[in-house]
Amino acid sequence: MSLTTDDVKKVARLARLAISDSEVQAAQVQLNGIFELIAEMQAVDTTGIEPMSHAQDVTQRLREDNVTETNQRELFQSIAPQVEAGLYLVPQVIE
Amino acid sequence: MFESSLKQLGDALRAKKISSVELTQLYLDRIAKLNPELNAYVTLNPETSLTQAREADARFAAGTAEALTGIPIAQKDIFCAKGWLTTCGSKMLHNFVSPYDAHVISQFNNAGAINLGKTNMDEFAMGSSNETSHYGSVKNPWDTSRVPGGSSGGTAAAVAARLCAAATGTDTGGSIRQPAALCGISGLKPTYGTVSRYGMIAFASSLDQAGPMGRSAEDLALLLNSMVGFDERDSTSLKRDKEDYSRDLGKPLNGLRIGLPKEFFAEGLGNDVAQAVDAAITEYKKLGATVVDISLPNTRLSIPVYYVLAPAEASSNLSRFDGVRYGYRAPEYTDLADMYEKSRAQGFGAEVKRRIMIGTYVLSHGYYDAYYLQAQKIRRLIAQDFTEAFKLCDVIMGPTSPSTAFKLGEKGDDPVQMYLSDIYTIAVNLAGLPGMSIPCGFGDNAMPVGLQIIGNYFDEARMLNVAHQYQLATDWHSRAPQGI
Repeated sequence: MSLTTDDVKKVARLARLAISDSEVQAAQVQLNGIFELIAEMQAVDTTGIEPMSHAQDVTQRLREDNVTETNQRELFQSIAPQVEAGLYLVPQVIE
Repeated sequence: MFESSLKQLGDALRAKKISSVELTQLYLDRIAKLNPELNAYVTLNPETSLTQAREADARFAAGTAEALTGIPIAQKDIFCAKGWLTTCGSKMLHNFVSPYDAHVISQFNNAGAINLGKTNMDEFAMGSSNETSHYGSVKNPWDTSRVPGGSSGGTAAAVAARLCAAATGTDTGGSIRQPAALCGISGLKPTYGTVSRYGMIAFASSLDQAGPMGRSAEDLALLLNSMVGFDERDSTSLKRDKEDYSRDLGKPLNGLRIGLPKEFFAEGLGNDVAQAVDAAITEYKKLGATVVDISLPNTRLSIPVYYVLAPAEASSNLSRFDGVRYGYRAPEYTDLADMYEKSRAQGFGAEVKRRIMIGTYVLSHGYYDAYYLQAQKIRRLIAQDFTEAFKLCDVIMGPTSPSTAFKLGEKGDDPVQMYLSDIYTIAVNLAGLPGMSIPCGFGDNAMPVGLQIIGNYFDEARMLNVAHQYQLATDWHSRAPQGI
């Protein structure tokens, strides 16, 4: 398979990455090279093979239903690009 | 003093032949002299390091010092350290001063080790040459026109150039072992889940693993003792009894069965690397080991599988970098979506964006089964290859990297060629096994060659002794770059 320039633009949009027309061309060549490499695995017969999502077969650990975290809002917001009155400032979304 | 092992440094500190403050200052002076050329460190904080050193000296005076107390250790800039700039090699985090410590940092702090500085790395640990850092390429101390390997290249260069006593790295597809090989040092990736990932900036969560990098297997054992431990803040951290990874050092290798996978000695392997590895295997036979021919038939698929799974996980993990709560925000934008897109486009480098796009694509509707699910199934086949192999042998050996360190810029425009640098290391991450690299000679260009040793799950203590016995019989690990 081969990605078109429209595919590249669509993927960039989904990934929330601004991309210029000249970058699209370069990305298309490189991504297609990588997908050529990836294509090798698609010919393998994996019928009946259980997917391995993790290196260890462990079950999700559960914790007591207790609040253990402390409120560190001021500390975490001290490194934010813009905050006001305890809120993160971003462009207006709803008119 | 710079050639001393961690144990020798500890003994010198305990005997008051040198104080931790003096030792730390010696390293800081050395960094000031050599780092401008090597670019191994991205952040230094001498006052903080020296304050820690004073505290360490107080522990010696009070008799509460531990094995690593007072010893200056460098930390890969992927580990969050409270009050330290933690950039992960990215413009996206150019201004991120961590408000908390990673588990690994806390462990070293508790042991009284000194945080000497943060080492340079490929951006978000994505790379095999350390050329993708926002802060510039790291240079290999053996030849500054060559790469140190990646992504823990800053760490590897710092250890090789004696700019720290030891250091930390992380390994998602070979990022400890490959730079260790290219810089002529020792590096170990533990079994997945043995070292907490808490506070280690995530790349591919099911593969990422922190580990130690140093000058010898004996040093790695000491470092690993401090790094390992259950941590409830990492849901993949494994609950196991505390181990002493030095416990097997000194055991003879009589009867050790070394598996040599034929796929590791096939087309693509440099002759000079093959010769050095062959010579190492001959040395192991002299030490009493026997060799078993084995096969890991799905090795060739590990790169395609990795370049589906790792980018898929990365695209998810890196979605948190959107310019809202911390990190880089584009100076100009029109609306919220524009702010996200411009912040991410300007904050991430080319390799990171490439992998995010691969990951986004393989997880998108209509392609998930063909790519992501298929890769997960083949991942199991790759892991099963190792399970079968370990029925025939105790450890697996082979080259760490198909070539010695290549020239800066040589593979920069060809991601596929770059990705092939990790052909022998990636399968270990997919299976979650422990693996290490130790120096075993030099190639045609007088650059170091690494021998990879792969162990069975949780068999780090034996693996470290296998490396240690070789290092008792040879001196490759104690060679240092000229002029350093």
